[in-house]
Amino acid sequence: MTRHQLIVGALYAVPLIFLALFFFYPLLAILIISFAPEGVPDLRALYKLVSSGYYLRTLGFTVWQAALSTLLTVVLALPGAYIFARYRFRGKWLLQALTTIPFVLPTVVVANAFTALLGPQGRLNLILMALLGRSEPVIDLQHTIWIILAAHVFYNYAVVLRIVSSFWSNLSPRVEEAARMLGARPLAVWWHVTLPLLMPALAASGLLVFIFCFTSFGVILILGGPRFATLEVEIYRQTVNYFNLPVAAALSLIQIVFTFGLMWLYTQLQRRSSVPLEMRAVAQTQRRPASWRARILVGVNVLAMITGLLLPLLALVERSFTLGGNLTLRYYAELFVNRRDSLLYVPPIQAVLNSLSFAVVTMFLALTLGTLGAAMLARTTRSKSGQKLQSLLDPLLMLPLGTSAVTLGFGFIVALDKPPLNLRASPLLMPLAHTLVAFPFVVRSLLPALRGIKPSLREAAIVLGATPWRVWREVVLPITGRALLVGAVFAFTISMGEFGATALIARPQLPTLPVAIFRFLGQPGLLNYGQALAMSTLLMLVCTVGMLAIERFRVGGVGEF
Amino acid sequence: MKKRTWFHMGILIVTIGLTAAFAAISTLTPAVASSPLPQTATPEQTATPELPPDAPTLTLMSHDSFNISEAVLREFELANQVRVQLLPSGDAGTALNQAILSKNNPLADVFFGVDNTFLSRALRADIFEPYDSPVLAEIRDELKLDVQNRLLPVDYGDVCLNYDKEWFAKKGIAPPRNLESLIEPTYKGLTVVENPATSSPGLAFLLTTIGHFGEDKYLDYWRALRDNDVLVVDGWEEAYWGQFSAASDGNRPIVVSYASSPPAEVYFAEQPLEEAPTAAVTADGSCFRQVEFVGILKGTAHRALAEKLVDYMLSRRFQEDIPLNMFMFPANVNAILPEVFVKFAQIPEQPAVVSPEAIEANRERWIEEWMEVVLR
Repeated sequence: MTRHQLIVGALYAVPLIFLALFFFYPLLAILIISFAPEGVPDLRALYKLVSSGYYLRTLGFTVWQAALSTLLTVVLALPGAYIFARYRFRGKWLLQALTTIPFVLPTVVVANAFTALLGPQGRLNLILMALLGRSEPVIDLQHTIWIILAAHVFYNYAVVLRIVSSFWSNLSPRVEEAARMLGARPLAVWWHVTLPLLMPALAASGLLVFIFCFTSFGVILILGGPRFATLEVEIYRQTVNYFNLPVAAALSLIQIVFTFGLMWLYTQLQRRSSVPLEMRAVAQTQRRPASWRARILVGVNVLAMITGLLLPLLALVERSFTLGGNLTLRYYAELFVNRRDSLLYVPPIQAVLNSLSFAVVTMFLALTLGTLGAAMLARTTRSKSGQKLQSLLDPLLMLPLGTSAVTLGFGFIVALDKPPLNLRASPLLMPLAHTLVAFPFVVRSLLPALRGIKPSLREAAIVLGATPWRVWREVVLPITGRALLVGAVFAFTISMGEFGATALIARPQLPTLPVAIFRFLGQPGLLNYGQALAMSTLLMLVCTVGMLAIERFRVGGVGEF
Repeated sequence: MKKRTWFHMGILIVTIGLTAAFAAISTLTPAVASSPLPQTATPEQTATPELPPDAPTLTLMSHDSFNISEAVLREFELANQVRVQLLPSGDAGTALNQAILSKNNPLADVFFGVDNTFLSRALRADIFEPYDSPVLAEIRDELKLDVQNRLLPVDYGDVCLNYDKEWFAKKGIAPPRNLESLIEPTYKGLTVVENPATSSPGLAFLLTTIGHFGEDKYLDYWRALRDNDVLVVDGWEEAYWGQFSAASDGNRPIVVSYASSPPAEVYFAEQPLEEAPTAAVTADGSCFRQVEFVGILKGTAHRALAEKLVDYMLSRRFQEDIPLNMFMFPANVNAILPEVFVKFAQIPEQPAVVSPEAIEANRERWIEEWMEVVLR
């Protein structure tokens, strides 16, 4: 083995070691404690699950709603991805950041925005009632599957939009042009040329959305109401309410096995569909919408994004200024006052700084691990065993995303309790847990771009005498830069929005913005609710600025391509 | 703005972020290891110049709703030359589960926030050491539920129906008087309750009906309630901020909340209020009393200091600070209530009673039966 191979091998091992320490080890520890509390394995819980129709139905519902949500999200986000990929228009940069904001908002807050717009007394119903001259609400979506689907689209639209449009914008339009020149109808071009070319990015983003909806918790509980339950909801109920660890562990195991199976299938399909692509700089693929058709297309899409994604956000912002009837800055001013001399009072600046610190650390961890992981998976190997290994490793890297946050959170408590990994009460645990959720995003975002690079490009660089590092820096990095930024944006927002296990692990006194929001929501009184809204507005603002900063990042050719 | 300006702004923001990250990480890590470094990141630490750098650290694990005045805790720290580290660990159930799971290597010295619905689970898991605090003499006897004093009562609060006063006045309908009111036709479609499978006040309300109607009758009550179009939501936040007409765009004027919610409405009003916009139904048997306990975790290395902290939490100084911070009532008979509580809070005389043992033994069955009847 050469020195270079050794270094590369060591680098590839980094994400695997990270997973082993902070995912598999805690997971295994909690599963063992759950299944064998006295040291003797007791698998009655698993048997009980398999034999009970209720849990099978729950699994069925979980898969069904996730599949439907994913399909809807992909179909609705595709036109948006198209205009983002192919057109330059005014305000695009801002729109792109704003459409990602839903990703960070706490479900309780989003639920209230939805109620304000779609509820029985919401704007839409009031308008419809006035139009139709009715006195009863016209549509009632509360606690229906429709509101669950709508919320899942609302939350995940940006995942498809960003991953697909960043990939699409580097695809050369020449192939399509050639097909059209040869006489193919637009629909045929779309079906036989564009869609297959986009498949890697579509599948990658669809997969992320599916896994997110598969482990959906807050949306199901709050918007769906008590009649709907996913496996994740059931795991929470079994653990927190009944302390029934064996059943919870069995359910988590089912979740994990399902995610792994799905990922394995995906990897197999992916292997066949991935081909090297003609990649072009954005400057060559994007143009201004010149024709009327193009203008209408862009206009309709922008309008759809504004109504679907931004109106609920605006409703929240508006209420933070008008709650209680009058236009007021009271809720913002009150954020800075510690009226009760409370120990848990968080100055808003401190909450912003805490959130930003965790988010920046998460982003760097996720980018490092995600890039190494993606590079490992994108390596072209001709040996059968190498390919086998890759198709095993790919699902492994995605597992944290499809694992119950409740289970993993408890896993941290049992496993990470001894030096040198005594992290149970350490502030480091927070970004580490965020990274587990964030780095699969980086991997999925990077892989389609990495795999699309023509081997001839690298070979040419090597022939010209470039070192492997130089090839990475000057060929690979510029081409994948955009995808890397997308990954960075998601890592940042995932951390800002406090996903997953972190809500369930002990946190020393480092309240983040979401934690501060939840504290306000915990007690009655308009002032509390108003401050929760003001804090949410602050969260949106910080996120937007953060995302814009990340996207404007231009060093070493990243993002310019 | 020009591209270059954006570029510079980006760099600036990333730099600020990074600086903040490093500042935070470097101040945080020692906070956990209780290092002697002077810490300026959090305000409460600047207020302790007198505490010697080598002062021991006592960790107080709790649910996320634990709150107290800075000054009150500081007094304890200075008097006992100890640094108190708070460890909020999720909702009441999650926090207790964490304490149980970390039994062999405890996360903290003292745990606050086991309530009477989780009391039996906590005691059975055998994670607390008995402590006969001298201050127990001042604590209401009816709240003491563990004869061995492994868990000592700190505060209590009553889960009650709340209603929107203005709504009932406007409609000319009498507000609900007790649990039976809710199943009358007049009150059809007016009530929102929390799911006992996911919410602690939801469970408390289910227990109220079990205590009041008895185990053989409570499901009949729920059937009637379901037929009277009761709305079930997952938790208190969604019930109160999402459905309750007095606090949201929702159209339900009756909600399951706390007897202390009306004073909280006044205390946290946007404009000063003469009277509370809501009121609690406190008729006999229509409320469930939640009692919250503190206990010393087995395996603590600071038993003497932990005892001091428990004593302090039961003492008047700490107890009188509880109402406005946690909106619960003090367990100490000598504690004086703040004015807003005296004026606006009603304390039910006869809450419904279900013993902790019965709750732990039947919780799963009761919830499953409830789901079968109410959600089908």
